[in-house]
Amino acid sequence: MSLPLFQAILFYVFGGLALLGALVTVGQRNPTYSAFALIVTLVSLSAVFGLLGSPFIAALQVVVYAGAIMVLFLFVLMLLAVKREERIQGESRAFKLVAISIAAVLAAEVGYALTAAPRAMAGRFDASARQVAVLLFSPRYLYVFEATSILILAALVGAIALAKREPHP
Amino acid sequence: MILSPLQQEIAISVVKVLILFNALLGLFSLMTYVERRLLAFMQFRLGPNRTGPFGILQPVADGIKLFFKEEVTPEGANRWLFVAAPAIAVVTAFLAVAVVPYGGTVTLPRFGWMPDWLEGRPVVLQISDLDVGVLFLFAVSSLGVYGIVTAGWAANNKYTLIGGLRSSAQMFSYELALGLSWVTLIMVAGSFRIRDIVDSQAGWLWHWNAIRQLPAFAIFLVAATAEVNRTPFDLPEAETELVAGFHTEYSSMRFALLQMAEYVNMITASAVGANLFFGGWHSGIPGLPSSPLWFIVKMFGFLFFFIWLRGTLPRFRYDQLMHFGWKVLVPLAMLWIFVAATLIVVRHS
Repeated sequence: MSLPLFQAILFYVFGGLALLGALVTVGQRNPTYSAFALIVTLVSLSAVFGLLGSPFIAALQVVVYAGAIMVLFLFVLMLLAVKREERIQGESRAFKLVAISIAAVLAAEVGYALTAAPRAMAGRFDASARQVAVLLFSPRYLYVFEATSILILAALVGAIALAKREPHP
Repeated sequence: MILSPLQQEIAISVVKVLILFNALLGLFSLMTYVERRLLAFMQFRLGPNRTGPFGILQPVADGIKLFFKEEVTPEGANRWLFVAAPAIAVVTAFLAVAVVPYGGTVTLPRFGWMPDWLEGRPVVLQISDLDVGVLFLFAVSSLGVYGIVTAGWAANNKYTLIGGLRSSAQMFSYELALGLSWVTLIMVAGSFRIRDIVDSQAGWLWHWNAIRQLPAFAIFLVAATAEVNRTPFDLPEAETELVAGFHTEYSSMRFALLQMAEYVNMITASAVGANLFFGGWHSGIPGLPSSPLWFIVKMFGFLFFFIWLRGTLPRFRYDQLMHFGWKVLVPLAMLWIFVAATLIVVRHS
């Protein structure tokens, strides 16, 4: 067995796992199961990044999403002891209509992306820590990057302000 | 049989994984014995001394006992996750060891009876020499929380749930300090590769990061103790208030697996500490050759330290723990990063 074949097999295994996890995330009615399925998806995606030759991105994917954000999600779910999600009584037809139309738009977008974009191999790009840093702080992305950090800072300040609010007497 | 270069690599990796896996299993059972004996001596007791000479066979007896105990799944527990939790804990614990180096490169001797490609082949004493080894460690240790949280939630018991929640909050808080304590090491070595960080400490003892970067080391020591849930940070399983915390409802081999995950995490933390702060397999004296033996000695030093702490310190209160983590440890780590970065810039200009 050659290396490319070995990698291809692994790629399809983890790609499949990521898809399966995503499907369960959406389809599952128990929010805790959804969270676990999302973790499976995120970790599988990280494996795919690793197979594409960018272990740095792979590690970051796990550290940020699976290791930090999802822990908080689970924390909240368990703290609130959320049970199975119940169907809302008298689901309106408008609700369904909106959902279907949004799904249709999304499907169209995916279809467009698949057909219009030039078919090419996922390139093995150099995504080392140095390369990512140089790119992030180059004029091309610097302003967007800094704007994002200000956004996050604002959210942080907001969260602290909300948490510190004195209870009404 | 002729193996392609890829197959040769895979074969060597498989052998390394098998050796390391079994070594860890052995070290785990040894540590259960060593911990009980050492704690006993610290408390003027004898500890287990009946099974075999000096009680050294105690882990075997414990293993057999646990193996034959009844496996209880509480009613109302979430069956799937209840079974999955110990597996998650063990897998993440063992996964971290994959990037930890335990020596330099050794050349296999020429015995004459081995396949040609093995005779005199240089072998790296590490399963995988990842470019981003430190980040990988960080990622895997952050996944380790899931084993404990899942175990606590799936058992459907108040004590386990509180244990699991405490643990997720604690590991989450101290992980940040742990990661920040590694940042300056990465800056000095100029690499995420653990091997490079170890090699940056070659030479005399005072080149070790534990001395050159004392603040980072202090932060690492505290954060690592919290990360592996050892006293004084063993709140997830505070027995006086939470029965046995997240593993209250576990019995038999599932309990053994959770214990194994805890000990393997402690061993990994010790190995990482020996590598990142004590120069790994370097002797610390330029005349003495470097050898995996040094690494093992340093690792056991850390293991002893963890047990010593348990024999010495009382437990933190939960609010103290959170306060200390967020308001003392994290700001200190950030301050040290600023100081170290300034020093590096000054020296380079």
